[in-house]
Amino acid sequence: MRPVARAHPLWVAYIVHRLSGVALALFLPLHFWVLAMAVSAPQKLDGFLQLTEAGIVKLAEFGLVFLLAVHMFGGLRLMAMEWLPWTPGQKTLAASAAAVSFLIACLFFIRAI
Amino acid sequence: MLTLRLYMVQRLSALLMAPLVLGHLAVMIYAIQGGLSAAEILGRTQGSVAWFLFYGVFVLAVSVHGAIGLRTVVHEWGGLKGAGLEAFMWIVGTGLFALGARAVWAVTFA
Amino acid sequence: MTLIGQALEYVAGMTSDILKVTIARGAGAGAATTPETFEVPAYENQTVLDVVSWVQQNADPTLSYRFACRVGMCGSCAMMVNGVPRWTCRTHISKVLDGSSVEIAPLRNLPVIKDLVVDMDPFFDKWVAAEGVHHSALTRHDPIAPIDEDSAARVEANAGIECINCSVCYAACDTVAGNADYLGPAALQRAWTLLNDAKDEGRAAILEAVSDKGGCHNCHSIGSCTAYCPNELDPMSAIAGLKRETAKSFFRKAR
Repeated sequence: MRPVARAHPLWVAYIVHRLSGVALALFLPLHFWVLAMAVSAPQKLDGFLQLTEAGIVKLAEFGLVFLLAVHMFGGLRLMAMEWLPWTPGQKTLAASAAAVSFLIACLFFIRAI
Repeated sequence: MLTLRLYMVQRLSALLMAPLVLGHLAVMIYAIQGGLSAAEILGRTQGSVAWFLFYGVFVLAVSVHGAIGLRTVVHEWGGLKGAGLEAFMWIVGTGLFALGARAVWAVTFA
Repeated sequence: MTLIGQALEYVAGMTSDILKVTIARGAGAGAATTPETFEVPAYENQTVLDVVSWVQQNADPTLSYRFACRVGMCGSCAMMVNGVPRWTCRTHISKVLDGSSVEIAPLRNLPVIKDLVVDMDPFFDKWVAAEGVHHSALTRHDPIAPIDEDSAARVEANAGIECINCSVCYAACDTVAGNADYLGPAALQRAWTLLNDAKDEGRAAILEAVSDKGGCHNCHSIGSCTAYCPNELDPMSAIAGLKRETAKSFFRKAR
């Protein structure tokens, strides 16, 4: 028989939040281990950091930053929904305002550096 | 599986991390300009009480947050429960904290 | 057109209007479920429940299913229709047909007794476990407490009272599927309704019940309950209300 239908936006928000959270938790031990090399093996750390110039690693870095951002904003959305008794219209407005201000801040930041 | 206490700890650690994540993202975007090197990272962080506190609190919060989050996932998707579930949460939490504390120490006061 | 031509067209029209209805059959209690397909004549006005009834009355009298009122009040006829939990007596078959086929299965997240009949006991037990019962402090000799229909609390309570206990939200919930202890959307919405009811005196008991290991804090706000509720209620927001109240009580206790 058919799997359960889940075609609604909040389910997508849930699965993105969960998968990004699991991925970040799996990445963290590696991240910590590499940073600890600063003392135990500085030349190895430099070798590793040079890797970050490679295209594929750059792409992976972009992925990690994306996971972190998406998990944080997804989590803030969840907490706003749970703890602030807003009407649906207010929620949409707040989300749009946050998205627009984040976009403007990003644009400014990219110009500035 | 999640009681009020675990839920509150999960939300409060998240709230604590929200500004830290923003700071971390900003440092990342700033730091990767012109490539990364061990000397550059250490030059910024070594001997700095401020960076030690920033990343120390971050590591503590993320260990707690990650442990409770993974607890939920392994229960719902892996069927782990009871004492095994409690043990899993504590092992993840202490493991993350140990690795993270070691890294923070390495780039600040080691 | 000749009369014979008209008759032929009529017959042809009838035979092409056949629905392929696949029903999950099973003896229940751990027995394997096997899909069985029936051909059911299509009518202009036909609900999913009508289709299931046609199969039971004309094709296989051993088919088990449950219904009572047929007008969307009793909450006994819910089934999975093409993977979506629905009240079958108020769902027109044309709304759910995939071409001319439809798949009907017993409600998710509840043990199957036989065919389309599930055991609703876990659902109702959790209703009680969430303190979804009346907590009275008055006797029949006390005057009836006046209710302000426009108060914020009453508006919240009113939002949830049309629940018919059909278990559609419970079947839709992915958190229930992964976490057997979770009380589920219907029971928690009932708890929220009573918490806001000026005539209910169970505030402390309710907050304690929904803060336990199967309580409202297990909800991930996936929102399938609200998306599929046939009465268009909003259990997800009710559960968010419980999270808010319990969080407040957490801070109060901490002080």
